[in-house]
Amino acid sequence: MTDATQNNADDNDLDTTIYDELPDAPPKKRLKLSWTGKIGVAVVAFWLVIVVIGPWISPFHEADIIGDDSFMGIWTSTEGEGVHILGTDYLERDIFSRIMWGARMTIGISVLATLLAYLIGVTAGIAAAVKRGWIDMVLSRVNDAILSLPTIMLGLLIVVALGSSIPILIGTAAIIYASSVFRIARAFGQEIMVMDYVESAQARGETIWWIIFREVLPNAAMPLATDFGLRLVFVVLFISSLSFLGLGIQPPAADWGSMVRQNLEGLQYGSLAPVWPALAIASFTIAINLIVDDISAKSGGDLARKMIS
Amino acid sequence: MQRMVFHRILIGIITLWVVSVLVFLMTNALPGDVAQIVLGQSATPESLAAYRAERGLDQPLISQYFGWLGNLLSGDLGTSKAGGASISSLISERLYNTMVMAGIVALISVPLSVGLGLLAAMFPGTWIDKTLTFGTLALISVPEFFIATFMVLIFAVNLGWLPSVARVSAEQSYYDWWRSMAMPLLVLTIVVAAQMIRMTRAGILNVMNSPYIEMAILKGVRRKRIILRHAFFNTIGPIVNVIALNLAYLVSGVVIVETIFAYPGLAKLMIDGVQTRDLPLVQATAMIFCGAYVILIILADVAAILSNPRLRNPK
Amino acid sequence: MAELFEIDNLQIQARKEDGTPIPIVKGVSFNVKAGQVVALIGESGSGKSTISLATMAYCRPGLEFPGGEVRLHGKDILTMEPQDQRSLRGNNVAYLAQSAAATFNPAITIGEQVTEAAVLHGTLTQEEADRRAIQLYHALELPDPDLLGRRYPHQVSGGQLQRLMAAMALVSGPDLLVLDEPTTALDVTTQIEVLKAFKKVIQEEGSAAIYVTHDLAVVAQVADHIVVLYSGEIQEQGPVDQIINNPQHPYTKRLMAAVKPSPKAGMGDVHDEEHDRVVPNIEVKNMTAGYGGIVNGKPVITVLRDINVKIKNSHVVGVIGESGCGKSTLARVMAGLLPAAKGEVYLDGNRLEPDLKNRSREELQKIQFVYQMADTALNPRQVIGDILGRPLEFYRGLKGQERREEVANLLRLVELPVEFETRYPSELSGGQKQRVNMARALAANPEVMLCDEVTSALDSIVSSNVIKLLKKLRAKTGVSFVFISHDLSTVGSFADEIVVLYAGRVVEQGPVDEVLAPPYHPYTRLLISSVPELRVGWLEDTMQKREMAVGIARGVEITDTGCPFYNRCPIAIEGTCNTETAPTREPSPEHFISCHRTMEEIEDIEKNPQQILHGFEVAAPGGDKAALAAKPV
Repeated sequence: MTDATQNNADDNDLDTTIYDELPDAPPKKRLKLSWTGKIGVAVVAFWLVIVVIGPWISPFHEADIIGDDSFMGIWTSTEGEGVHILGTDYLERDIFSRIMWGARMTIGISVLATLLAYLIGVTAGIAAAVKRGWIDMVLSRVNDAILSLPTIMLGLLIVVALGSSIPILIGTAAIIYASSVFRIARAFGQEIMVMDYVESAQARGETIWWIIFREVLPNAAMPLATDFGLRLVFVVLFISSLSFLGLGIQPPAADWGSMVRQNLEGLQYGSLAPVWPALAIASFTIAINLIVDDISAKSGGDLARKMIS
Repeated sequence: MQRMVFHRILIGIITLWVVSVLVFLMTNALPGDVAQIVLGQSATPESLAAYRAERGLDQPLISQYFGWLGNLLSGDLGTSKAGGASISSLISERLYNTMVMAGIVALISVPLSVGLGLLAAMFPGTWIDKTLTFGTLALISVPEFFIATFMVLIFAVNLGWLPSVARVSAEQSYYDWWRSMAMPLLVLTIVVAAQMIRMTRAGILNVMNSPYIEMAILKGVRRKRIILRHAFFNTIGPIVNVIALNLAYLVSGVVIVETIFAYPGLAKLMIDGVQTRDLPLVQATAMIFCGAYVILIILADVAAILSNPRLRNPK
Repeated sequence: MAELFEIDNLQIQARKEDGTPIPIVKGVSFNVKAGQVVALIGESGSGKSTISLATMAYCRPGLEFPGGEVRLHGKDILTMEPQDQRSLRGNNVAYLAQSAAATFNPAITIGEQVTEAAVLHGTLTQEEADRRAIQLYHALELPDPDLLGRRYPHQVSGGQLQRLMAAMALVSGPDLLVLDEPTTALDVTTQIEVLKAFKKVIQEEGSAAIYVTHDLAVVAQVADHIVVLYSGEIQEQGPVDQIINNPQHPYTKRLMAAVKPSPKAGMGDVHDEEHDRVVPNIEVKNMTAGYGGIVNGKPVITVLRDINVKIKNSHVVGVIGESGCGKSTLARVMAGLLPAAKGEVYLDGNRLEPDLKNRSREELQKIQFVYQMADTALNPRQVIGDILGRPLEFYRGLKGQERREEVANLLRLVELPVEFETRYPSELSGGQKQRVNMARALAANPEVMLCDEVTSALDSIVSSNVIKLLKKLRAKTGVSFVFISHDLSTVGSFADEIVVLYAGRVVEQGPVDEVLAPPYHPYTRLLISSVPELRVGWLEDTMQKREMAVGIARGVEITDTGCPFYNRCPIAIEGTCNTETAPTREPSPEHFISCHRTMEEIEDIEKNPQQILHGFEVAAPGGDKAALAAKPV
């Protein structure tokens, strides 16, 4: 059923029924992940499952000192306890179990911090884009200032000043990364605010809340979701780096960053103890990046491939 | 155009001022009483009070801030509270070391990454592109300390080619100096370049969507020329920005690398200052890092403005 | 003997996600002889642009050639080695895209871009190419030909860029020129100058051409042979005279029926008096508006000056003018989207607040704005039912079943199927989206609808259908319309009254039949003459008129004093028109013309066109626009 058929039945003697108005363009393709993206999804899903059930399925407790020796190799076993799949660490604890427990710390804290960063950053960013004027001015300047402090330095200052506890770590990471979220949310917000459909809602007399929640946010959701992935990677790396510097999560709780640091000396004895937690971090962050890449980095490549040498 | 550049610089100055407030407030929140730390547990209340009066620590925070800012602007970075030495003298050598390291890394990584980024963009979808994309993706996904650890494992522990600690001094021979610098430089270059390669590639491919690129294809222009002449010239602004952001990112990388390799740079000094609660020292070093960061970002913005043909050649 | 260029059973297809092919072009065959101009005509989606790119063995990402041949000098180019294809592009076959503004690289000088293909293919040395480019600039009547090459694309106007693209295509002397809708995005007066230049160089160069467009009237001016396309298939092809004067295929007839008539008195819509009231529905008094803050009571960038417009109840007022004349700004001021710097807007006799934030919900409800681009005016994340339902709920408090019924009524009103309720805007065609866009405004039960270029982005058939719909809506609802367009024939066929804007000032306004009949304001005259007619030879006849010589050769100049049209006016009086504000004359009731010439003088000139052009030299071909503009006024 289209324009042409209905319109001309009454006032046009030409038989036009067969000439429907043609669609503008083929319908947009739905998001389809390549095999790298699918691997990414699988790895992320795996770690998220471990975050939830890790402590129940791990062979040992994270703080159990059960090994025969420190820096035992992979697939060694302790009498009466069982197999150390990835060996033991400097305190004779089971590395495999600690990685499973540590997932909860490293990923859990990072996800919470990123969510908090999003809550702060998106609220402030959209507010700046929608309200403009002095609110935008003040928020942007403060944000510029936070962004112009190198992240790790800012983190160091805050953690040293306030002490290292899990809520403070989450808060610190959230504030630091909220500023980048602010920038992006503000940019998307500004882009959407000048669209005719937003102006149309303003002209209708809609409230600011309607405009934010019904007109702007739904259209910013997809790019923000992609950015969320990237931000999460940064937060994981940030928290791990703090832990590595000894300012992050405090022992005996296991987290991947401090596990690398604590077991560094093992390298000299040929132990791979610091490598496993580092690989855990890398597998998680690489997997997220694979997904993000798959969603966002296609642009331009198609036309570029049409070039003839 | 001059107005835009001027405007940008003005914003930069305002940002620096806000930074100074943040740094001051944050360092003041550091736990511990400086007077107590300096004079030790045995100090009497009178001597503590005298110390505070002498250093202006009994003044209200706001006048402390302005006193500090005034001194900072006149080039007086104050005295280290712990050792009593002038901070300028403490910093100068460390600053030099850090700048040497950052300078060498910048000199290597910028041309390297822009070149590799262009290469990847020029052959999208080929194995060159795929290798570079995945390799850099892996590198930006792992923490710097992991790369550093890995390097130590290979080059210092297993192969024994390089020292695992970067001790540098004026008495060293060139050879020794380069040997001790090799690993920190390598780690920093890898970390910084990975990010820059990806962003350069993305910037070029983004421009590749433009109708004028299709037009160039339809004019029968060769691939190399399309990338280098048609796409690259429109990407200079964004690429300069990427370079500046990543050079600024060096600052963060420096903290980790200097710690791991015990390199006598500014970042190490700052972390030491944090540990000894040496307020003036932390304030001064933080201001230097942040200042460098802000200046780099302003330079990038100005370069982006200058590289825009619309702004350079007004109607 | 092979023709210069042959397309033989060409097929082009896309693929669905599961790999099944979607045919885009379904076996198209036609030839182009040396020196011949072949027009590909069809609506969007007909595959005409895809075919035009195939002439260079190129298809957009996601498309492929499953079969057929494209032969240049008898040799199939689709199966050539990529290197050979590349050396063909820009050399043997050259392409002109629709939007020159997007097609020129902003970071490279015009000269380098124009000469690039010829130099890269080794056809000419850089010096030869530069010389040839300058020759082409002269031939295309571009200003300042010797220095033009050193400028950047943003430093020249849109019409000039469009001609520069012709120079870029012609510089290597191609055998075949492919022009993809090269004048569609231009104002009529610019279109005619570009058409004239294209036609001249194509003739001089003797190259063959494929001209892609949806506008039959344009085709009639430039083509020798016409190929009519619909949905990737040829419906009819033949010599231009035959297709224009004796179309056989029903689809061609339909295209012909959608061609806009030339604007003239008596073409307007019938005005139904049953809704009339004494108070004007909207009235704008002494209004000045612009952008960038107000300094000394004037906006920094003044777009509109001293505007007085009345829109009577249930009337349609057409606002016409070239791009940049301020016609959209006028609608935005009425809607309160842009508060006026000076002057007032009245609704039903009550003064409205300048800024919509201070207007009441009832006032907002009564004035509805319809945007030009339905693509950006409809939220892509809301289904049609929500887009239409929201104003119903917001203004009229309808909910649930009531709301759903009213949405269905609205969809029926704009002649769309009720099932569209659950679709997203991206699932609709351009014309359908525009209907939704109008339905949303109607949902508010408005008194006035401000339609900003609502048909400009649509193909001719779709656009004529939208106009038909608007006429019906008006008869059914008694809503007043402000209909903004750069297309005089569309405005003339729909409006009761016309306001002619030029450089932010009203130069003429009045009932349609008065405005579109003599005496004309000289600018109205120029606009009417510039609308292409569906007649072979119209372009040549029109360009003979001397009023075109001045009006076309020069651009808009915004001045503070005198008549804004002074520099393009063939009957300007030097010393008066450029210094004094023109008096407003009223040749018949409610018909106003702002001109220093008396109506008798204007009518006299209409009868005896030889006496025009006082105090002006006609710009010689290749005349220097920049130099003219620099002349002290």
